[in-house]
Amino acid sequence: MSKGETGMAGAFWTIVEDDRQGMPKKVMAEALGEAGRLSGGNVEAVWLTDKASDAGVKQLGEWGASKVWMVENAALAPYRGEVWAPIIAELAGKESPKAIFGPVTSRQRELLARVAARLGVGLCADAVGFAMEGDALVGTRPVYAGKLLSKVKWAKGPWVATLRPNVFRPADAGVAKTAQVEKPSVSIPDAKLKFVERREEAATGLPELTEAEIVISGGRGMKGPENYVILEAMGKVIGAAVGASRAAVDAGWRPHRFQIGQTGRTISPKLYLGFGVSGAIQHLAGMRTSKVIVAVNKDPEAPIFKIADYGIVADLFEVVPALTQEFKKLLET
Amino acid sequence: MKILVAIKQVPDTATQVKIAGDGRSIETAGITWIVSPYDEFAVEEALRIKEKRGQGEVVAVTLGPERAKEALRSCLAMGADRAIHVNDPAFNDADTLTTARALAAVVKQEQPGLVLVGRQAIDDDMGAVGGQLAEVLGWPCAYWIMEETIDADGQTVKAARQVEGGLEVFDVPLPAVLAAQKGLNEPRYPTLKGIMGAKKKEIKDVKAGDLGLGADAPQLSITKLEALPPRPPGRIIDGDIATAVKELVRSLREDAKAI
Ligand SMILES: Cc1cc2nc3c(=O)[nH]c(=O)nc-3n(C[C@H](O)[C@H](O)[C@H](O)COP(=O)(O)OP(=O)(O)OC[C@H]3O[C@@H](n4cnc5c(N)ncnc54)[C@H](O)[C@@H]3O)c2cc1C
Ligand SMILES: Nc1ncnc2c1ncn2[C@@H]1O[C@H](COP(=O)(O)O)[C@@H](O)[C@H]1O
Repeated sequence: MSKGETGMAGAFWTIVEDDRQGMPKKVMAEALGEAGRLSGGNVEAVWLTDKASDAGVKQLGEWGASKVWMVENAALAPYRGEVWAPIIAELAGKESPKAIFGPVTSRQRELLARVAARLGVGLCADAVGFAMEGDALVGTRPVYAGKLLSKVKWAKGPWVATLRPNVFRPADAGVAKTAQVEKPSVSIPDAKLKFVERREEAATGLPELTEAEIVISGGRGMKGPENYVILEAMGKVIGAAVGASRAAVDAGWRPHRFQIGQTGRTISPKLYLGFGVSGAIQHLAGMRTSKVIVAVNKDPEAPIFKIADYGIVADLFEVVPALTQEFKKLLET
Repeated sequence: MKILVAIKQVPDTATQVKIAGDGRSIETAGITWIVSPYDEFAVEEALRIKEKRGQGEVVAVTLGPERAKEALRSCLAMGADRAIHVNDPAFNDADTLTTARALAAVVKQEQPGLVLVGRQAIDDDMGAVGGQLAEVLGWPCAYWIMEETIDADGQTVKAARQVEGGLEVFDVPLPAVLAAQKGLNEPRYPTLKGIMGAKKKEIKDVKAGDLGLGADAPQLSITKLEALPPRPPGRIIDGDIATAVKELVRSLREDAKAI
């Protein structure tokens, strides 16, 4: 197949993150939405997976992908950079996309860095904004623990970038839109990493921290691991993930995967609710792009109040049950 | 086994950063510099591997300006055996790919059995150099590792990588690149003896030419740094708990439309 015959040259590509059950994750609506706006609708999805589905393809189409480049192969699971990066680079070499976007997830952070290196182009990781300046893309990304924003430009294309979840406006799903599936012939490199096992986390029944639209965070003020049940109870009512500060993680109250901040997860939910969190700069580094911030702390001088949209100065153990009740009333009527 | 650890000197997170006159870098005066925290996990892990195996060499390497020697010195004080400083103005505007290529050139000269990096440097927060280094070298790589064990004959490392929803464990053939995630270990503090000893250890200065590299223009360049847009002023909700909580929920629903 020669260049441009099958795909639209100059398309914006988005690399699909799926749930390992054949469906693209919700973050793809954001990546496809932003790519669609920047390209005037010239968006394609690239889906490497061991398990695709018609429903998944339909979903990508509704989110605006005009084409899905599908490579479905058992060797693609679990993700391994040395297998995935060459496939995407090879395909990009043939089809000349204008940009290659993916959501920030643990694997795409590594994957797109490797793809950029393979193609010899720049990478803008963890972008929170884009703009076209004439023919050039300008990316905006937080640096220095989110204290400053950096504007970056690529020397040449394709423009490779990862997009922070919950920041970009999702594509409006259009049910009439469909994606055409293309199965390119690509060579699948041998894996060097040998898969041994996957250790599943105990399911919390709550959303994943980095993807959740609402995040509840408990700090040292929670006083002990046993008290997180009151946050989880609130989480069940409002559909929130429950995270923690480093002080709580270091005390052994919560596993590290729940840590929010510079040395933990970066989150950007629509609503962040912090209880007994002081708001240290390293904690803010991981949550300051949250849209609405609520803080409950008994110390009126706690730094978190400086960035909070709403604050209550009180004992969290009085506020949390009352607030959970109030949320229940609101959402059940 | 020889282990190379790539470390970066970064501003301490607690220090204020100000935009410099050029609008695209930070004011360096008054900054406290540290070894990027994830890189300390990498150094610690290298030292533990050496201690466990009872032999080996830990080499710290950085690409950075003259002041970055201090960061190398800290690694030597922790127990690294020697250090390499890629110290050349040709790399002043280095992006992650340029950095990865320079580090790859050092790796080719040193031929370690393992390279450790941090998950991300906390100044540019890219989290890219480790993967790009592996890509340039054509080596296997495991990211965000929470634990590792090297087999007795030094052929394979079993590494557990943090992913959404759990850990994935792999046998990774050596040589390889591993990127340290928090939780891998607790870095040691240098002892007084370590600090004194560090002064006698070698820090080798290396130029681009020594690595067979020229001054490539970076593929990604920073055109501008900006302060964060100010957040609208917040509001402390007063009153007794019952009233405050009601008002909070009302505000979240009606004003902020957040729930
Ligand atoms: C290199 C480095 C990296 C770091 N990375 C991170 C990171 O990723 N994430 C992170 O979170 N931190 C990080 N930290 C640590 C950070 O500096 C703070 O120490 C930490 O965030 C503090 O956690 P905290 O707010 O829970 O605890 P504290 O600062 O102790 O605050 C507890 C708060 O709870 C309030 N409180 C107590 N009891 C109650 C009650 N009953 N009701 C209401 N309020 C109450 C107190 O008034 C206080 O404000 C890092 C530090 C360093 C040096
Ligand atoms: N200038 C540098 N010198 C040496 N190692 C570096 C440098 N920049 C990044 N690294 C390594 O690569 C990791 C990821 O960095 P980054 O991609 O910049 O976030 C860091 O934790 C270091 O281990």
